[in-house]
Amino acid sequence: MLNRMLRSRYLPAFLMLAAMLALPYVLPSTYYLRVASMVFVFALAAMGLNLLLGLAGQVSLGHAGFMGVGAYAVAIGPTHLGVPAIPSALAGVALSCLLAYLMGRPILKLKGYYLAVATLGCGLLISMVLTNEAQWTGGPDGMGVPRLVLFDAPVRGVQTWYYVCGVALVIGMVLAINLTFSPTGRALRAIRDSEVAARVVGIDVARQKLFVFVLSAAYAAVAGSLLAFVNGHITPDSTSGFLRSIELITMVVLGGTGAVLGPVAGAAILVILPQALTVFHDYEHMILGLVMMACMIALRQGLVPALTARFRERTA
Amino acid sequence: MRASAMTTELLQFTFSGLTVGAVYASVALGFTLIYNASHVVNLAQGEFVMLGAMSTVFLAAAGLPLPVAMILAVLISMVAGLALHRFAIAPARGADPIALIIITIGASIFLRGLAQIVFDKRFHSLPPWFGAEPIVIGGAAVLPQSLVVLAGMLVVLVGLWLFMTRTLFGRAILAASNNPMAATLVGINVPVIVAATFLISSLLGAVVGILVTPITLTSYDAGTILALKGFAAVMLGGIGNPPGAVLGGLLLGLAESFGAGLISSQYKDAIAFVILLAVLLLRPRGLLGGAALERV
Repeated sequence: MLNRMLRSRYLPAFLMLAAMLALPYVLPSTYYLRVASMVFVFALAAMGLNLLLGLAGQVSLGHAGFMGVGAYAVAIGPTHLGVPAIPSALAGVALSCLLAYLMGRPILKLKGYYLAVATLGCGLLISMVLTNEAQWTGGPDGMGVPRLVLFDAPVRGVQTWYYVCGVALVIGMVLAINLTFSPTGRALRAIRDSEVAARVVGIDVARQKLFVFVLSAAYAAVAGSLLAFVNGHITPDSTSGFLRSIELITMVVLGGTGAVLGPVAGAAILVILPQALTVFHDYEHMILGLVMMACMIALRQGLVPALTARFRERTA
Repeated sequence: MRASAMTTELLQFTFSGLTVGAVYASVALGFTLIYNASHVVNLAQGEFVMLGAMSTVFLAAAGLPLPVAMILAVLISMVAGLALHRFAIAPARGADPIALIIITIGASIFLRGLAQIVFDKRFHSLPPWFGAEPIVIGGAAVLPQSLVVLAGMLVVLVGLWLFMTRTLFGRAILAASNNPMAATLVGINVPVIVAATFLISSLLGAVVGILVTPITLTSYDAGTILALKGFAAVMLGGIGNPPGAVLGGLLLGLAESFGAGLISSQYKDAIAFVILLAVLLLRPRGLLGGAALERV
């Protein structure tokens, strides 16, 4: 049984599930549970981006825009439109997918840095709409997120949201693993390695790219909704800003593209590090920048692939 | 009468657009120099502009005469550029393009953090060179400093062009950018060339930062948005193409200025990016980019 689990492709998801169940017994206070919830949320968004970047080799520098759509959906729906939170969240995911579809159709033809700047522009446009349409979104100061009410009972408590985020992450992980090992996953890897070769063997390149772009937008939107619920207050910059997009892509690259646990490791570093560095007050940005540079110079393929390679070397 | 008021207004937008565009163009040109020599997309490029401007402000405040402060500030920025290459880019040679981008983003966060400690978090300005009284040209009011920025940009462009085409070292840079392998074979020390492009780019950034500060103000975090706009300008013109970078920067500045004046000032950045997207959809490799060829 254990042997089968160790060799299973779902091993990272098992590990994640075990870690999620064990952590509340180890962490000393609810503050740490909140930080862990944030790690889960950003890991989920980064995992979607990893499908796009690690699996299909397409870059997006505007992915936080889709997070913003998910986050503002659960804030605007109940506040302005009288729609309950869960349908609002679903509508947010749907809207995010629709936007990704409409944007992706033209821009996914672009390659490399051109795709990077086009996605950056799209993310910026979303962020700008959220900032400027103040009568709906509260402008740059953001807006409060009404508490989620399920069956007349408000969902509250740091612990509850911790488990919700953790379960969402594990589900997202299982889906990502399934996709990686499916024919679509193979097609996407082929596109990453050589688009021309993929086309020659009959892969509908445009369609597959569009599919994975929309899927990654859905991951980001779900993560955005969770972020809004956990935080209770959202601003355009904290959900959809350019720096958030950069942060997401950094999580993926730092953790290691392609590895399923990579985004989790990357999210853990980029969420926990700033929290830990607040003791250094003014020096936190300097140290954060140094750590980012040092990690990328020392561990080029990212944390998780580099560590697993070292582990294999030792056991072999 | 209304028609002439309209022309005056358009002229006004053109001047302010060109001024901002000159800043974007110089950042974009710095990007292009580094990219051509090393294929690194340097998102810390905006920090050179900030370093030049902030150092001048603080050196002048410390009692140095303004011209001395300016020269020292340019040197400080160049040291930062050289250090960026030596300690962050050179050790990561051969890494993925995306990993290199993350490194330059890390460098930009680091420099911003450093500036926040060494300087402060407030906005600063410098005195304009020839007063703050606007000059009226064709009915449009133009700040003398805008003309200084444009003239400075022109001097820098001509100087860079002469350096690149008339000096041995400049031609070595061009050779190394065209084909590093062939350049190595004819005895050009390519790593030195790459370091030199970081030096020149930081010089470019610092100079334009100092020139434009009397108009736009500066602060420790002014570099980020400039790097973003510079990157957009590079892509608008077509990556790796110096005239394209200048053209892209000026067009981006004009698009913002006209967008803000004629459509909506809240969405001026949006208008610039919509134009960028539209151009990329029609010409996937930028305005002056070559045909899309892919070797299989």
